[in-house]
Amino acid sequence: MEFFRQVFVIAHKDVRAELRTKEAVNASLAFALVILLLFSFAFDPESDTTREISGGLLWIVFAFAGALILNRSFARELPNDCLDGLIAAPISGAALFLGKALANYALVLAVELVSLPVFAIFYNVHLGAQLPELLLVLALGAWALTVIGTMFSALTVNIRLREVMLPMLTYPILSPALMGAMRLTTGLVLGTAIDKDTFLWLKLLIGFDVMYTAAALMLVEFVLVG
Amino acid sequence: MDAVAVEGVWKFYGDYPALRDIRLGAAPGSCLALIGRNGAGKTTLLRIIAGFSRPMRGKVKILGDEPRETAARRRIGFIGHGISVYDELSAFENLMLYARLYRLPNPQRSAMEWLERTGLERVRNGLVREFSRGMRQRLAVARAFIHDPSVLLLDEPFTALDDRAIAVLQDLMRQALAAGKTVVMSTHQLREALELASHVALLVRGQVAFEGECTSEMVEDPGYVYARYGEG
Repeated sequence: MEFFRQVFVIAHKDVRAELRTKEAVNASLAFALVILLLFSFAFDPESDTTREISGGLLWIVFAFAGALILNRSFARELPNDCLDGLIAAPISGAALFLGKALANYALVLAVELVSLPVFAIFYNVHLGAQLPELLLVLALGAWALTVIGTMFSALTVNIRLREVMLPMLTYPILSPALMGAMRLTTGLVLGTAIDKDTFLWLKLLIGFDVMYTAAALMLVEFVLVG
Repeated sequence: MDAVAVEGVWKFYGDYPALRDIRLGAAPGSCLALIGRNGAGKTTLLRIIAGFSRPMRGKVKILGDEPRETAARRRIGFIGHGISVYDELSAFENLMLYARLYRLPNPQRSAMEWLERTGLERVRNGLVREFSRGMRQRLAVARAFIHDPSVLLLDEPFTALDDRAIAVLQDLMRQALAAGKTVVMSTHQLREALELASHVALLVRGQVAFEGECTSEMVEDPGYVYARYGEG
C-alpha cells in the first residue's frame, strides 16, 4: 500500500508540474494535429489504400508526439538537481519509475484522445461500433510507448543529446508493440472487430506491456544509481 | 559505532581513480569537514556516502545500514550543488512533496513549520521560479531538514548563500550537532566550515592526506591544513 501511495505522490507531482507549464503537452498536441492535417492532404482520405494504412499513420503520429512528452519526463528533474532529491528520498526506484510512467501515460493518453476525433474527421472514419475495442488498443499501445519511453528517459537523462537518443533507443524496442497496435487499429478503422486472426496481435500487445513493465521495474534502480 | 563509516572505498571514472582506498568515520554528534582542492574527490565521496553512486570497491555504512537501504535514506539529509526543489511548484508544495515522500506523520504541519523556520511563510504559495536566490537556498535547507535527519551530508553548503541563508544554515547545523546528529560537509569556505567542524579530513587526489580533530591552529589559520599536509 505504501508503494502505491509513493507512486501516486510522484505521479501527482509530475502532472501538476506539467499542467503549470504545459510545455510538453502543448508541443505534443500541436505536433499530432499538424501531422494529422498534413497526412490528410498527402493521402486521399476517400481511397481504400489510405484506409488500409490509416492505423500506421495514426500510430506514427502517436509515437512521435509521445516522444515529446517522454523526453521531458526525467529531463524535468535536471534543473536544480531535483533527481538527487528523489533518489535521496526513502522511495524505491520502482515507485519513482511507476509514478513517472503513470504521469506520462495520462499525458500521452490525453493527446491520443484529443487526436482521435480529429483523425476520424480528416479521414472520414466512423468509429462508432469499434470504439471500445479501439480505446483498448490505444490504452495498451500507449502504455507500451510510455513504459519504454520512460525507461529510456531515465537512461538518457544525463546525456547531452538525449532528445536524439531517446527516439533512437525507444523505437527499435517498441517495434513489436507498434506493429501490433497498427494492425489492430487498421482492422478496427476498416470496421472489422478483433477476431481470431487479429487476437494474436492483441496478445502480443498485452504480453509486451507486461514483460517490459516488469523488466523496467526490476532494472530502474540500477539505471538511476548505477 | 560511527554514524558514517567509509571503509576502503575506491571509485574509478574510466581508468582514472577518483577515490583511492578512502577510510573515514564520523561519530554521532561530530561534524566532519571534507576539504581539498577542486577535483580532489570531495563531491564524489559525498555522493557515494549519500547513496547516489556506488563505489567500485569498499563499502559505506550509515548508522549500520547501506546508504541505499530505506532505513538509511530516512536518516540522511542531503544538500548538494543543486537546491533539489521544483521551479514549477510553490514553496509549500515542494515541502509537502518531500514530507510525503519521507512519510512524515503530519506533512502539512511539517511543511508549515519549516517555512516559518526558514522565514518563507509569507511566500509559501509563491512559485519557486519567482523566488530570489537566497529564498531558494533557504527552501533547499528546509527541504533537507524537514524529516529531522540524523546524518547531514552537505556539499559546499555555504557556496552562493546570502548572509541570511548562511546564518539560518549555521544555526540549524549547531542545533543538529547539539542534538547529537552527525554532519559531513565538503567545503572550500574553510572559515565558515571550521567554526562548526569537530574533525577535518583533507583529500588530495582521491586519497585522505590528513584526518583528525579540528584544532585551534586550523580555526585561526584556515590554510594551515593545506600548508602542513596538502600540496601547499
